[in-house]
Formats: sequence, structure tokens, C-alpha cells
Amino acid sequence: MAIEHSPIELTKADFASDQMVKWCPGCGDHAILASVLGIFPEIGYKKENFCIVSGIGCSSRFPYYVNTYGFHGIHGRAAAIATGVKIANPKLSVWINSGDGDATAIGGNHFIHVIRRNMDVNYILFNNRIYGLTKGQYSPTTKHGQVTKSSPYGLIDYPFNPGELVIGARGTFFARAIDNSPKTLGEVCRAMAAHDGAAIVEVLQNCVIFNDKTHRDVTDRAFREERQLWLEQGKPMIFGKLKDKGIVLRNNSLEVVEIGKDGITEKDLLVHDSTIENTGIHMMLAQMAPPEFPMAFGVIRAVKKPTYNQLFEQQMAEVKASSKIQCMDDLLNSGETWEIK
Amino acid sequence: MTTKKLNQKEDVVVKFVGDSGDGMQLTGTLFSDTSALDGNDIATFPDYPAEIRAPHNTIAGVSGFQVHIGKRIYSSGDKCDVLVAMNPASLTSNLKWVKKGGTIIVDSDTFTEEAFEKAGYTSDPLSDDSLSSYSLIKAPMTSMTQEAVKDIFTDKKSADRSRNMFALGMIFFLFNKELDYTDSYLEKKFKKHPDIVNANKAVVRAGYNYCENTDVLLQHQVEVTQAVMPKGTYRNITGNIATAWGLLAAAERANLPLFLGSYPITPATEILIEITKHKALGAKVFQAEDEIAGICSAIGASFAGAMACTTTSGPGLSLKAEAIGLAVMTELPLVIVNVQRGGPSTGLPTKTEQADLYQALFGRNGEAPCIVVAASTPSNCFYWAFEASRLALEHMTPTILLTDGYLGNGSQLFRIPKMEDLPKINPPFATPNDKTYAPYKRDPKTLARQWAIPGMEGLRHRIGGLEKSDGKGNVSQDPANHELMTKYRTEKVQRVANTIPDQVVNGDEDADLLVVGWGGTEGNLKLAVEELREEGKKIAITHFNYIMPLPKNTEEILKKYKKIIVCELNMGQFVNYLRMNFQTLAFQQYNKIQGLPFEVTELKEKFNQILGE
Repeated sequence: MAIEHSPIELTKADFASDQMVKWCPGCGDHAILASVLGIFPEIGYKKENFCIVSGIGCSSRFPYYVNTYGFHGIHGRAAAIATGVKIANPKLSVWINSGDGDATAIGGNHFIHVIRRNMDVNYILFNNRIYGLTKGQYSPTTKHGQVTKSSPYGLIDYPFNPGELVIGARGTFFARAIDNSPKTLGEVCRAMAAHDGAAIVEVLQNCVIFNDKTHRDVTDRAFREERQLWLEQGKPMIFGKLKDKGIVLRNNSLEVVEIGKDGITEKDLLVHDSTIENTGIHMMLAQMAPPEFPMAFGVIRAVKKPTYNQLFEQQMAEVKASSKIQCMDDLLNSGETWEIK
Repeated sequence: MTTKKLNQKEDVVVKFVGDSGDGMQLTGTLFSDTSALDGNDIATFPDYPAEIRAPHNTIAGVSGFQVHIGKRIYSSGDKCDVLVAMNPASLTSNLKWVKKGGTIIVDSDTFTEEAFEKAGYTSDPLSDDSLSSYSLIKAPMTSMTQEAVKDIFTDKKSADRSRNMFALGMIFFLFNKELDYTDSYLEKKFKKHPDIVNANKAVVRAGYNYCENTDVLLQHQVEVTQAVMPKGTYRNITGNIATAWGLLAAAERANLPLFLGSYPITPATEILIEITKHKALGAKVFQAEDEIAGICSAIGASFAGAMACTTTSGPGLSLKAEAIGLAVMTELPLVIVNVQRGGPSTGLPTKTEQADLYQALFGRNGEAPCIVVAASTPSNCFYWAFEASRLALEHMTPTILLTDGYLGNGSQLFRIPKMEDLPKINPPFATPNDKTYAPYKRDPKTLARQWAIPGMEGLRHRIGGLEKSDGKGNVSQDPANHELMTKYRTEKVQRVANTIPDQVVNGDEDADLLVVGWGGTEGNLKLAVEELREEGKKIAITHFNYIMPLPKNTEEILKKYKKIIVCELNMGQFVNYLRMNFQTLAFQQYNKIQGLPFEVTELKEKFNQILGE
């Protein structure tokens, strides 16, 4: 099911669409678009072999802004539509853009099932913790207690952590990035594209109009190094402006430690392995949040497992090879039939 | 088989009823297949309980299978001539379906006090006088079955499993049928269990011989007239299997892979199960997490170039409504099969109804026209599934195929077509690297847009649920453009009428009454009208399969008749649709909302009443 590569080298310009980008000035979506346009030529597939599918919401306008095949669906259903695209033509590179409302509220069912099946799609989840297009109602990722237009007295819902959903559904790939960090955003998107199976990237995205600075507790310049742990495969988990903090596993749970204090050295730190099948550590990493912990970024989980599409094609080939019924005439005349003369 | 001259009957309805585990479906199928091989036309209908395995000997656990055989068979029949009841509960729940004076065959061994009380009888119906208006045959099937297999099985439980074969043997005798087909079926089915084969064969013969040796029963023996059918190869087929095969056949004739995205729902699940078996034919089946994912995956597959379908029943169609609108807006080919059942809500899941017509025609937000067609017999589900696919693909429009529980589960003889005799389906594919391609550029004749498939070079484009500009297909909020596009989508569906055959009337040109039906009621309506004509009444019938759009000559036909009665299994959805379209015409209506098909007798009574007015 290899996807055909472009015979010529492509550039960002090959994927630029002629449509005016209508997101608000300062919206985090612009940066995500720039990152995707940046990595598509690098991935190297023919332009015609990309298909971007979305649901409804600000982020779901994405397909109109990339010159590939694109489908702007209905609210919450991008994953289901993309599933059909990928099964019908596994030789397409299928991308999904969805927001926190689209993916985890109205589309929550499709979200967990596309992950459970390990459908071979690349899913970018724009998490701004608010409904932007409908102008500021709370979403399933809005913080408990927050005042929004639909929670004027403070939100009593408890939020979802998308990473927990992905790993809870035994997803094979989960990464987290921030909209205003193009380099790291590009890196996780690249890793996502290289992954076979359902790859989910949660991007902490800022909605300047309706939920400005919602991610400030991890993105503020004043303390972001203390609040962000960038994971690297095979490397100890170190963070902090002075690279003086780390994560250890103690009594089956994670703990923040200071390197050099109480005899702690780099060797005591947890070394990141995104490839282990067991979800335990990955789940704990996805759950880390300030103030007690830094938030984990980068590729948290990337596990190898046959994709739905590989299994699907393989099973079809096997059945076809062994079946006595190879065309409709065979089927129509199979079983009990009789002649009337 | 008896060679003496027997009484002839043109048709006979036999219903086998018993506990869910009694094997009534198999018994009925063996009888109908045997009859078909013997030259009878046949139709069958299963009567499943809603519960999977209700408690033993209770009314909730009764399962049945009705078989109609004879010379001219349009449906599985109304009331039965012969009821075979394997226990008291099945007798009490099915007595209302037996013709007055009909024959009732019971396993008398099962009428213990405990069992008949469980079935609601206060005294033994076999010995009080309550069945005196029927001819009652009390056969001790359980004990005679045990006797027949005593050399094979020593335990009663194993023996009792063959009890249905005793009933089958009796029915074979009464209708003078051979046992060979059943023998060969048993040999194949239980190849690895010769004991079971031998036991069942012995029991069928025991049932047969029991009748032959019982004087009273000898008088009951009749010969059912053979049908005169066109030459060809035949098979028995249910509506749901025929639908599945019609979809597969359309994909083959369109030279496209079939994609089915579905979620299990009674009574449509059988279509999903059947198509899944045929991966070898290139059918890609995706059992989705819900109805919405079923149709959305199909829309995605259609965008990606497959012949896409989704199958469901009423509540599922409700869930798919928004997505059908998306397919209308993106103008992608999509077949939506709705095997209707009794509604609203969960309603009567295992019963039939035609009450989703409004939903199919109008059940979406905005102006969202779809093509709507309806199958009308179990076997023509094949052709209507094929036609729905052809229309969807060639007109780039979602098409809804309505069948119903009665068609889906019912079976009929099906004359097997040759694939080369079915029309080729030609979707309007775009040409790669066509510089003039635009997503909403239309064929001037059909108004269908072109189908450019991801992967095709030089045709990258974006479509979606937002209104698009005419031709170019960019997002557009322009008021005049929205009106134009709305009219295009409507007109595109209307123009389908240019490519479909004229509506046909059967019966007298100068009839006093025109009977109008649509969908799954065809068999019984046709038979009622034919019988009345044979009785000298001036009556005609026109039965609709194309619903949206209607055939072009519809008004011309309807206005010829002074009296028109529209018969349907709902509160009058098709009649109101006709009233909306033909406001100068007067329509009477006849409706039934009992989860059951029309009966020929009640139809004739109604038609006679109108004819007499």
C-alpha cells in the first residue's frame, strides 16, 4: 500500500491554495497551516495523493487552504469520512483537522474508534479549549470553573485530556505540540506522517478572540522552560531553564526531581521510550500538568502495530485467492438453483 | 409419491410454528425448496419473535415460517390453509392466522396440563370443543419421533431435535412431495454426523408414513398446481440477499469497488452480513461505530471513488439525515438502503411498515432532494438495488432505496440473470489533467457534475457542506448563487424522469377504480385486483417503484380514472405526496398500520365497497 511519491521535488508553493485564509489575525491556526505546508513537500508524495478531511469549526476550514484533494465535512464526522476515504483508497495519505469540540464532543465516538482501529490517518487536533466559530462556549477541554458564554457562573464540567483518550483507546501514536513553536510542531508532524496507523497530534492552539492565553500556564515566556518537558526518544527526561530538573519513576508514579539535589544524577531519570506497547508510562506522561508537573510535549507514544488498512487489504487478498466465487455470475449461480425448461 | 388422481388446489399456505429452538425456519425452507423443485411458484415469510430465546413454551418464544406455494404466487399469502403447531403456545398465538375450516396439525404429546396452562389455556384445547371449526389432526409427534430413532439415539433430548422432521414428513405426504431433496440437504448439512442424517431421514419417513397409514389423513391429501414460469435458471432469494446482490452487481457493471459502511439494525442487518462475505468480489465492508459513521464513511469512500452504500432501517435513516444532506451538497453518488420497519422510535423492529416515505423524501434540513426508489417484491430488490446504484452513479446524486421488513425477510423465486444482460453503468468521471475541470461544472443534459477522484492528476479540488459557487466550487455566500445551486440540485433530480420508463397500468383502460400502490405491497394488491377482475369487476392497478421523481406519465395515467384509491402501510404518506403533486385529482386512501402486510381479503372487501358506491 505504498503511497506513490512525486517524480519531481515539490515546494511549499505547490500546496498553496488560491483561497483567502479567513482565520483571525493572531490565531494559532496560521502557524499550524504553515507547518503543514512546510512538511508536505518534504514527505514527498505526489500532490494528488494527499487528501485532507475536516469537520466543522475554525480549524476545519483547513482543507480549503491547502491545494490537495480536500473534503470539508460535517460537525464531528471528519474521522468517519476519512475512514471511508482511506479504506476506499489506501494509496492516499489521509489527514484530518479537527478542533476540541469537533473531535471530543460531537465527534467523540468517531475519535476513539478511529484510534481503536489503528486506521492509517494523520489527525491534528487543534485544542483551544473553546468553541470559537460559535463565539465562545465551553468545550470538553475547557478548564473546570472557567467562565465562558455558556458557563457564566463558572464551568462545573470536568475536562477531557485528549492524550488520555488516545492512550486509553490504546492509540499507537500520540504527540503534543504548541502552535507558536513551528520547529517542534514541524517535528511532531513529521513523526506523525512517518507513523503507520492512527497518529494523533494535539496542538495547544490559542484562540485570541474567545479564549486568549488559555495555555499560558505552560506557554508563558516567563516560566515556559519550567513547565514544558520536551520528550526525545532514548533521552532522559530533563527540563527547566537550567536543565536542572527531571522526571523519575518512584512508587509507580512520576515525580519531579532536581538534578544534583539529594544525590540525584541524570542516570536516575526516566529515559523516554515512545515505542513500548504498555500504556502505563505514556498515560502518566500525558497526564502531567502544571503546577505540580511540567506538561509533556513531543512524541509521547509511537508504537508499531499492523494498521486497519494493512489487515483489511491482506484479508481481502487472502479471501480472493481462496474463494470459488470470483464474479457476480458465479455468485448468482452458487448454492441451490434449478432449471425450468 | 402417490400417483393416484388427487384433488387439485391452485395454491396453499402452510405455516410452521413452534418454540424458537424447534427448527421451524429450516422445516419451512425445506418444504418451500422442495415445492419449487416440484414446479410450484413459492413465497415465504419468517415470523421471528423479538426475543432471541424467550423461555420455553411461552408465547414470547414462538417462532414461525409461512410458505405459500402454487400456480400464481405474488406474496407469502394471508391466512393459512394448514397450521403446523409444535406446542400449545404456538397454537394459541397463531390460531388467528388459520382460515376458518383450515387444517391444524399439532404435536399432541406437547399438550400437557403444564404446557397448555403456560400458553394461557384453561382447558386442553385438543379435547374441549374450541377447535371444532377447524379440522384438527392430533399427531403424537414427540413419541413417534423417539420411537423412529430409538436405534440411533437413546436419549430423548437428541431424539426431540428431529421432531420438526416428523411435521415436515407429514406435510410432504399431504401435498404429495418427494423426499429426495430433503435427503440430499441433510446429507450435505450434517456430512460429519451420519447419526444425525440417519435419524432425520428416519423421522421424515415416520411422519410421511404416519399419514399414509391413517385413513383420515389420506382424505386430506391434495396436489398443488404447478406454476407456468418463463424458462431459465431459478433460485429462492430473500429481499435482503437480493438487495445485497443488486448492489454487488451494480458495482461490477460500473467497474468500481463496492464500499458499504453500515451499522447493524433490524431488519437490515442481513444485507451487511451478506456483502461482507464477498470480499472476493472486491466488496469493502466497514462495520462502523454508529449509523452516522456508517454513512459518513460511505461519503468518504464515494469521494475517494468507490461505489458507496449504507444500509439501515428507519431509526438509522433519522441518524443519517444530516450526512445525506452533505452528500446532496457535495453531489456525490451514494446509495442509502432503508429496510423499513414499524415506527416511530424503536417501534416494531421486527414488523413491516411503509412509514419512512416522508423521511426519505423530506427528512433533511434545507432543500435537499434525493432520488427515491422502492422495491416491490423480494426478488426485485435485486433490480431496484441495481437501479438505485445506477441512478446515484450516473446522476451524481444520493439515492434512497426503500424496501421493508416484509420484503427483506420474505423470499421468492428469482430467475437468475446473466450479468452481461444488465446495463453497463457509466459514471461521469473527470479526465485527468483536464484544464477545464471545475468541481461544479455540470453535464448540460443531466446536470450531473463530474467525478474527480483523489489520486487523479491535475484535478485537485475541495468540496464540502458549505454552499459552493456555480462551476468553480469555491465557498460562496452569494444569495443569487445559493438560489441557482438550489435549483440545480432540484432540477438534477427531476431530470432523472427523462431516463426512466413510463409508469404502467395493469387492468381495464375504462376501469371504475384505479388501485395505486408503491413498494412492498405489490404482491397482495396485484392479486386482489386480478381476483376481482376474474370476478368480472372493472378495476386496474398501477404500482410505483420510482417515487422521486415520479415517471413522467404519472398524471396522464391518474387522470383517466374517476376513482383512485391509494393503498399503503402508513397513515397516507404516498397519497399526500400525490395530492401535493396533482392537486386537481381526487384520491381515496386505504391504510393499515399494524406492522403487518395487507391481506388480499381485506383489500378485495375495500375495493368492492368502493366499486359498489
